[in-house]
Amino acid sequence: MTAPLLEVRGVDTYYGPVQALRQVSLHVDRGEIVTLIGANGAGKTTLLMTVFGSPRATVGEVYYRGEDITRVPTHQIATRGIAQVPEGRHIFPAMTVEENIVMGTIPIGQAHLDADRQAMFELFPRLKERRNQRAGTLSGGEQQMLAIARALMGRPELILLDEPSLGLAPLIVKRIFEVLKEVAQSGKTIFLVEQNANHALRLADRGYVMVNGEIRLEGSGAELLSNPEVREAYLGGH
Amino acid sequence: MRAKVHEPIDFGHALRDALVTGVLTLLVLGPVTNLVLDGYAITAELLRGPLIVNGIGLALVVALGRFVVAVGVQTPAGRDLLTRFGQKGAHGVTVETAADNDWHRVLRPLVIGGALSLLLLVLSRFGLMDVQRAAALVLIVLFVVLGQGLGSLRRRGQSSPWRILVPLLFVAGLVLPLLFNAWGLFPKTWIGNLILALIYVLLGLGLNIVVGLAGLLDLGFVAFYAVGAYFLALGAQYFGIGFWTALLCAPILAACCGAVLGFPVLRMHGDYLAIVTLGFGEIIRLILNNWLEVTGGPNGAPAPGPSLFGLEFGRVARGEGNTPFHEFFGLEYSADYKFLFIYLVLFVVVAAMIRFITRLRAMPMGRAWEALREDEIACRSLGINHVVVKLTAFMMGAMTGGIAGVFFATYQGFVNPTSFNFFESVLILAIVVLGGMGSTLGVIIAALVLTLLPEVLRDFADYRVLLFGALMVLMMIWRPRGLIRPKRPAFAPKGA
Repeated sequence: MTAPLLEVRGVDTYYGPVQALRQVSLHVDRGEIVTLIGANGAGKTTLLMTVFGSPRATVGEVYYRGEDITRVPTHQIATRGIAQVPEGRHIFPAMTVEENIVMGTIPIGQAHLDADRQAMFELFPRLKERRNQRAGTLSGGEQQMLAIARALMGRPELILLDEPSLGLAPLIVKRIFEVLKEVAQSGKTIFLVEQNANHALRLADRGYVMVNGEIRLEGSGAELLSNPEVREAYLGGH
Repeated sequence: MRAKVHEPIDFGHALRDALVTGVLTLLVLGPVTNLVLDGYAITAELLRGPLIVNGIGLALVVALGRFVVAVGVQTPAGRDLLTRFGQKGAHGVTVETAADNDWHRVLRPLVIGGALSLLLLVLSRFGLMDVQRAAALVLIVLFVVLGQGLGSLRRRGQSSPWRILVPLLFVAGLVLPLLFNAWGLFPKTWIGNLILALIYVLLGLGLNIVVGLAGLLDLGFVAFYAVGAYFLALGAQYFGIGFWTALLCAPILAACCGAVLGFPVLRMHGDYLAIVTLGFGEIIRLILNNWLEVTGGPNGAPAPGPSLFGLEFGRVARGEGNTPFHEFFGLEYSADYKFLFIYLVLFVVVAAMIRFITRLRAMPMGRAWEALREDEIACRSLGINHVVVKLTAFMMGAMTGGIAGVFFATYQGFVNPTSFNFFESVLILAIVVLGGMGSTLGVIIAALVLTLLPEVLRDFADYRVLLFGALMVLMMIWRPRGLIRPKRPAFAPKGA
């Protein structure tokens, strides 16, 4: 297997006249944890959305398992084994925890529902306690766990996570990253977009740094962690 | 949890409240009732007219009322009432549990319904209430209980008392009107009122799919109602179709119109969507009004009545070689038969529709609607095709509206554009909002209340709009999410 699982080649994305991504190229291999860090407004979320075709890339291509998915309709992309955990969690607040989890099976149908649901409850015991509670009443961390669980229910090969640490307490962030590690060990490929560079780079095999819609740096997690430029910009210089 | 401590009642506060309210009332009403324009001079007459319509008297009454309320809410009973209403309003959608199908839970609506019917019958027996009105209300109560039964979803393999009760209620709903009519308790006026009420139930159910379930605010729903009604009228005029053909085809045509409306509004949300749908409703009405050669414009068009296996309900058969219904069965001619027949068919259709929508909600389609209402971004990332989901919501809603239109046309025997103005859309939306968005039972009750209340309270016709407004205000205070909390069938299919 030489072809990467996900490959983005020379992508430009526009919001109307505003260019958000400039010639972005990156790849994620099978079994890797890859992270993309960058400041607010750098275009990280746009890149994830572009992979899902909303908005679409104006120039360049997105390949998944060697197939060009640049023009594939958004709703079909999820059925090909990519799951997205959107920024700000986007759970269904009026549905119960369990129903949210069941909603995650939409891309693949309910064939594995019972086993997968059980697995999710083992991975997130907290969700099992609250399975009949409305998801809108969960705390931020629990909602994030629920969003991850929901994404995993579709049995994806690749998981795109958009800022899972957003607005969460440090302890919860730690727990989330532990879970991500477990998920990765179970054979999933993870592409993680983060502002919390410290945590993300420690977890990741490789990382990219995005500035103003361009990929500025690229390297292994440890390399980037020790890179003075990255330390200066994202790790508070110490 | 509320502490069970009896706090002392703050009379001073209540008094202050009462005083302020009284003064405000005086300021508002005083000039209206107590200032007399005499020539060019204005004179103040403090004790003009009877006390109750005098500004000062009214201010006293209002102040006293405010004082009683202010003290009342501080008593334990009052506080209990407040918290109960407050809490119920605060909750959103709840999920049905297995316990909802216990005998105990099922008995409650039955007992309430039975008691209400009995009360009505007793009242009418002792002449405290118009007998015909009581009979009609009994049928309404029966329908609401049936609606509750049809709307409560059983899980596969789970036995539920409703399984026996629903067929019983259904048969009763078909037989009772005939009996009542035979006994002279159910005259044409009341059959007509009930037909209209059921038509609005149907409209409410249709709009509930669009607004309540899929969360798409539609202010032009009346357009689909018009499409159904005019399909029967114009179809009969130009192609000679009858009621039954229209009943089958109108939903399809209305659904197509729903899709036509759906396409341009796929990208819109909230206010913008409301404006576009509002425009759509007006467009349909204006076409009907101005396309004189085809629709007859403001003069309207006649619509045929229903037929039973080719038997017509008119005094004389219109079609060649047809026998009127009453001659075939050797009965005396009565206009009641036509309306009774429409009522029975409508009853069956509405019952089927309630069941259909309840089933739909438990299916992936219905789930996708509710998910789309909750969070569109999440839906798309999960692989839900939001285009298809929105379109089906519009089409299903439109279809239901189309069916309602056919019944309206055949009941009226005549359609014209004034029946399909913007106020109708507002009324239907009010039904959905009052009933509780997404709640089938709530919509049924709200539709019945809003269409029948004006009939029941004919004696107070002058105050109808006032009552309507007061009802709205009270609802928004106590039950901002509608009469009945939406209850969703739980999705999780089995076990674990």
